[in-house]
Amino acid sequence: MIDIKHLHVNYRGKPALQDVTVHLGSGFTAIIGPSGAGKSTLMRSINGLVPITDGDVLLEGHSIGKPGSAALRAQQRHMGMVFQQFNLVRRLSALDNVLLGCLGRQPQLLGALGLAPKADRAFAMHLLDRVGLAEHAWKRADQLSGGQQQRVGIARALAQQPRVILADEPISALDPKSSEQVMHILRSIHEDDGLTVIANLHFLDTVRQYATRVVALKAGQLVFDTTPDALTRELTRELYDHDPPAVQGAEPPVSVNQLASA
Amino acid sequence: MLPTRTVNVQPPPEVRRRTTLQMISWALILLVIGLSFQGTEVNLKTLYDGLGNSWRYIFGDPTRPQSGFFPPDFGKGGVYLEQMLLTVKMAVLGTVGAIILALPLGFLAARNTAPNAFVYQITRRLLDVLRGLNEFVLALIFVAAVGLGPFPGILALVFHTAGILGKLFAEGIEDIDEGQVEAVKATGARPLQVLGRGVWPQITAHVLSMSMYRFESNVRAATVLGLVGAGGIGFYITEAIRGFDTRAACAILIIILATVFLLDFLSAKLRERLT
Repeated sequence: MIDIKHLHVNYRGKPALQDVTVHLGSGFTAIIGPSGAGKSTLMRSINGLVPITDGDVLLEGHSIGKPGSAALRAQQRHMGMVFQQFNLVRRLSALDNVLLGCLGRQPQLLGALGLAPKADRAFAMHLLDRVGLAEHAWKRADQLSGGQQQRVGIARALAQQPRVILADEPISALDPKSSEQVMHILRSIHEDDGLTVIANLHFLDTVRQYATRVVALKAGQLVFDTTPDALTRELTRELYDHDPPAVQGAEPPVSVNQLASA
Repeated sequence: MLPTRTVNVQPPPEVRRRTTLQMISWALILLVIGLSFQGTEVNLKTLYDGLGNSWRYIFGDPTRPQSGFFPPDFGKGGVYLEQMLLTVKMAVLGTVGAIILALPLGFLAARNTAPNAFVYQITRRLLDVLRGLNEFVLALIFVAAVGLGPFPGILALVFHTAGILGKLFAEGIEDIDEGQVEAVKATGARPLQVLGRGVWPQITAHVLSMSMYRFESNVRAATVLGLVGAGGIGFYITEAIRGFDTRAACAILIIILATVFLLDFLSAKLRERLT
């Protein structure tokens, strides 16, 4: 599905990813690692949102192309992206936000004017219904709760009819109940629709519950690639340099020394 | 007693440097104000001495019958209202024309939507020029080009306002949330679609609000464009004052003020709803 080959990404002159090589096939892959490990950069470079310094990312054998290129846009249409902060267009309705996922299939001018074909509108409505938000279709995105916004974000990604869903910390900004709803939807996308799901996740219990594979990054490098069952305490201690966050809301306390050095 | 220890209360060098710079800035501002008095003949005594003349000009000279602005003479009220309506139409078309010009210029003059630094710089400078040319100066140029009447006035408003709105729109575009735009880009949308569905919804309220604000300004500007032959009620007020028909001038001023108050009120209400 996705082949990442010797990927190097520099961010503001500093290496964010160094020589990452990994094949992400079908399944539910969780990317884990401490803050600043390069998880988001990896996700964003797969989608072409950050320029690659060296190496390559291939989706089904095709290189993702240069930023701004038609080749990249064609590849992006196969990858639905779910963002940590939802990134909905706040002044548009939930339905219009889902319709953004159909833009790649629409004529440029009609899409720009927001004149979506009837079939796309019906499809978007069906997706909103699937994430349990059909009755909120006409509400403006900024009137929805965080959990609802993230579900609209998932519907927008599904509207692309993608082969892969890339979820960049999809539950970091959500309360536990909303997080569970979002994770259930992501699992259903993987299990029922057969889509590849790649998600940056912060909490190891969530990883064990939903993922079928775990890829760990630390300081921009791939440190291990295993199954959730093989996530031992020793392995995760080594990854996080302390006991890792197991469940949401159970982050280790930050010491005064850490604050001083931040 | 609490334990005490010696602490340094001297501000660090960068704070001292900043304070010195602030003091120098204030000194420069005061110097500029002081120098501005030179050659501008500002004299409070002259103003005081002239108050009597102003009083007689506005409220009438008892020795000269029919002098002064009161009571206003609404004898040609119909014509004045017609001209006021024409003036408002000039402001409407001037603002609409300016919006049509300013929108693409705004996108080209915003760092985050300009295709490259060269286009950004050229567009910014073009907007500076349009903004720098006063409506009056532009009206004089357009009167020479297309003749007397409201049309040159409208053209003057279009180009001057495009300079202002273009800059305001560009600043609004630069302030948008890039995350929302990025999400649209990530779907594989094409550039025009990203502008239409990622940028435009974020700036619509700003564009409408700024346009209404400029419409208010343009109504005020259009009332005086007639002074240079560019149509509207300005022509009638000039004629009335030049012909010492101060009571007619008073009637025109009342109509202008009432219109400006009414439109400012309506526009402010509309802007409140938009933002």
